Amino acid sequence: MSNMISYEQKNTPIHKLSGLTKLVFFILWCLTSALTFDTRILILMIIIGVVIYWIADVKWKQVSGVFWAIMFFMVINLVCIFFFSPYEGCKIYDSRTDILHLFGNYTLTKQQLFYEFNVFIKYFTVIPSVFIFLVTTDPSELASSLNGIGVPYSISYALEITLRYIPDIQDEYHKIKNAQEARGIEMSSKGRLFDRIKNTAAIIFPLLFSTMERIDVVSNAMELRGFGKKKKRTWYSQRPLVAADKAVIVFSVAFFAITMIITYMDGNRFYNPFL
Amino acid sequence: MVTDTPIIEFSDVSFKYHAQKEPTLKNINLKIYPGEKILIAGQSGSGKSTLAHCLNALIPCSFTGDMSGTLRVCGKEPAKLGVFGMSQKVGTVLQDTDGQFIALTVAEDLAFALENDEVPRDEMIAKVAEVSDKLELTNFLGSAPGALSGGQKQRVSLGGVMACDVKILLFDEPLANLDPATGKRTISLIDDIMHDEDMTVVIIEHRLEDVLYKDVDRVVLMDGGRIVADMHPDELLCSDLLVDNGIREPLYISALKAAGVKISPDTHPQHIETMDISPYKDAVHSWYHEAKFEHVGRETENLLEVKNLKYRYDESRQVIDDVSFEIKKGELVSLVGKNGAGKSTLASLICGFNKQDEGTILFAGEDIADLSIAQRGEKIGYVMQSPNQMISKPMIFDEVSLGLVTRGVPEAEIKERVNEILKICGLYPFRNWPVSALSFGQKKRVSIASILVMKPELLILDEPTAGQDYKHYTEIMEFIRDIRRQMPITIVMITHDMHLMLEYTDRTLVLTDGKLIMNATPAEVLTDNKVCDKAYLKRTSLYDLAMKCGIEDASEFAARFIEDERRRK
Amino acid sequence: MKLKFGIKEVVALGIGTALFVVLTTVQIPLVIVPNTALQPRMAILAFFAAVFGPLVGAGIGLIGHILGDAIFYGSVWWSWVFPELIVGAGIGALAKKFAVKEGKFNNVKNIIVFNITQIVANAIAWILVAPVLDILIYSEPANKVFAQGMFAFLGNFIIIGILGTLLILVYSKVVGGSNNLEAEE
Repeated sequence: MSNMISYEQKNTPIHKLSGLTKLVFFILWCLTSALTFDTRILILMIIIGVVIYWIADVKWKQVSGVFWAIMFFMVINLVCIFFFSPYEGCKIYDSRTDILHLFGNYTLTKQQLFYEFNVFIKYFTVIPSVFIFLVTTDPSELASSLNGIGVPYSISYALEITLRYIPDIQDEYHKIKNAQEARGIEMSSKGRLFDRIKNTAAIIFPLLFSTMERIDVVSNAMELRGFGKKKKRTWYSQRPLVAADKAVIVFSVAFFAITMIITYMDGNRFYNPFL
Repeated sequence: MVTDTPIIEFSDVSFKYHAQKEPTLKNINLKIYPGEKILIAGQSGSGKSTLAHCLNALIPCSFTGDMSGTLRVCGKEPAKLGVFGMSQKVGTVLQDTDGQFIALTVAEDLAFALENDEVPRDEMIAKVAEVSDKLELTNFLGSAPGALSGGQKQRVSLGGVMACDVKILLFDEPLANLDPATGKRTISLIDDIMHDEDMTVVIIEHRLEDVLYKDVDRVVLMDGGRIVADMHPDELLCSDLLVDNGIREPLYISALKAAGVKISPDTHPQHIETMDISPYKDAVHSWYHEAKFEHVGRETENLLEVKNLKYRYDESRQVIDDVSFEIKKGELVSLVGKNGAGKSTLASLICGFNKQDEGTILFAGEDIADLSIAQRGEKIGYVMQSPNQMISKPMIFDEVSLGLVTRGVPEAEIKERVNEILKICGLYPFRNWPVSALSFGQKKRVSIASILVMKPELLILDEPTAGQDYKHYTEIMEFIRDIRRQMPITIVMITHDMHLMLEYTDRTLVLTDGKLIMNATPAEVLTDNKVCDKAYLKRTSLYDLAMKCGIEDASEFAARFIEDERRRK
Repeated sequence: MKLKFGIKEVVALGIGTALFVVLTTVQIPLVIVPNTALQPRMAILAFFAAVFGPLVGAGIGLIGHILGDAIFYGSVWWSWVFPELIVGAGIGALAKKFAVKEGKFNNVKNIIVFNITQIVANAIAWILVAPVLDILIYSEPANKVFAQGMFAFLGNFIIIGILGTLLILVYSKVVGGSNNLEAEE
């Protein structure tokens, strides 16, 4: 699992922001990216994303593995879109300018290229924000941040438990997988589908049952230490909001509002250069 | 400090779980006074954990059942205060330190109870700083649980309950998951804290000798839901109550009794270091000289040869550092060392789960570098610590036959081989039972049987007795001894248990920081001060006894005692 | 129906999600259709939903999918996050009926009800919600996203149908205990 993206402690301005700020930014950012299809805004978002990425001093090595995996997926996705619907762009932009006839019913059009370019950069607006959020946010702050934006604390704390136990469960998964492999049960792509499911089950069964035992132990421990008795709870790792935090939150909200106005002003969320 | 009003008072308390027919606690009467340190001992099923759960109100609030009689803790009834209310008075440190470590970092975990009590953040920070200072955790405040040793995690658990300013500390089998030296340190720490903070301490534990490393005021011995003894350890050790109720006596006490000595309380047998041994010296001497002892040398061929093995996960640390040793056919070898010394890594290199960077592993004279995990699995069987981590089929027969089925062995042969193994492992009568109907010890047998069925020549057992009390420990180890009588098998055991290595194994490999620092008989290892210190082992009390009696060859003394005990079993 | 969300549920949501995320990269490739794979983690989602109810199911689907996507793939495909939530909530809605923890998930009727529930939940999630969201958010071609949704539906329905049913069945047997066992000679 070397490709996992994880938090790295540093001292950049981005790292210094409270987790709550970054969470608000992240959510609004994703929302903007989901709602708009305005090429200008998408490009602006990518530029801002790259700048923040650069300020946050994220090492390329940390994310490169994952990055190339996404690129691979995106290329496949774009090719798929073309084969399923080669004139989708013409429908959206209400015009058609042919570039090259390929074969059969498939002709490459400027509109299709532009549409697929938009889909591509739309996905791309989210990527740097995910990288930055994961690499610069101390996982300890996540739960308190969620609670801070109004999620009930019990659900917020569940996230803390998730992050706490991912490494333990991963470790246990590998141990069980090894021991079962020594017995001759392999999770390979050989054999019939049903056999492969059965072999996977041989690893998942013990893992699941020991997870269920863990749930009992942890619930008891939490109860013994007074979890859930009061209406609210305080958070040790919560960082108080400073001026920079407030500025970023105001910027995020303003950015969201302005982009929405620009996008939907003409009643259509696409930016159409063909008209 | 001891006053007349008890801080804990059980008056005629009985408790029956809803799911059970018989009550688990029967007419318990017990008074514990402020400032006392009480050890509650008993084998599993004796009711000692149930008794502990009454103190923190898990009974009757979380585990429901019928309770009668009255219990007062700090003058209040736990059932009325509830689990949360009691958590402010009784701090419980659980056996499973990984389960009790709930938060992502040490600091957050120390603050967990305070967070739940809505303590403001700056107060929390001050409190966490104070507690971490007392427990020497200040340098680890930002660490995740994965980066801590077992002892450190336990200190975090302790700190987490101390942050609430509790009056009573309740330890539920605090030694179960620790290496012996860390266990010893835990007992010292508990002692220091109770004196500095003026607390009452209740320890539930069956490893009596390790708890008695520091003074205990009284030992409450339980069996079958009743208190069978409530006395000062000096008195208790002179009686036969421990052995009769399934608790292991300290080894030096057993040795004295084997020498025919009648121990009396006024010689203060609680600690071997301070015990007055003079009345017993002669008896011990004459027993030592009379005890029969034959050195049984095994001159067979090597099954496993490990040569100059080196391995590192990443660039930072050499996990296995130039390790070489041999294991002869038919031997039972223990592999010991503190947590993180490289024991498990060594086992995974032998099994092929990881590949060594340098060095060779020869099995029956052949280099096994090119064999896959599954191919090695036919020669080398690996049994994980918990059977629950291995068992993947609901029915016993299916579980044991799994390895053969995946290897495409014909059905008739499978049936024959599985039945044969089930008979050897004493599981044949249960062959059509679901695994879930078995006890932990029986499940352990199933997990061993499911490996033995593939007829490996070498069996690696990872901590086969971890967390088990004396009775179950004996059951598992006698089972392994029995297997050795019935089939030619070589066994390597990873263990923390000094008794196990002394009592059952032929030879011990001691690993420290990835290096093999000793390769000798268990009696030699456990009487070697330097090696014990370095490897976080605990020197056997037989050594102290031998020294005090003026017997120079302590390892010979230990070996003769173990031999004698084996014969009498 | 009153929704219980006590400590056990909080922990089940937390640890269940952790297990779901860990299993994200464990896939059983379907050789017939290239680049598609069965996801055993869906069986885990179904299991937790059936045992702990709709909130835990929905939560694991939502948080687990976001975290798994983010940690392993560096992005979040929101149009596939919400369907996952629907599967968890849908199967969990009938948790009381399955009575897994009481050891009553042991008859053909229960298995059929469970599988009908999971088929309906999966159908709504992958054939309806996922493609619609894909169209709304990404304006992807309808025929493409419905084809994708169809495959996701099939894969998830197969893995939950086989592995999910098995997990619940065995677990229910384990916690339900067993009577009338006799040693045989």
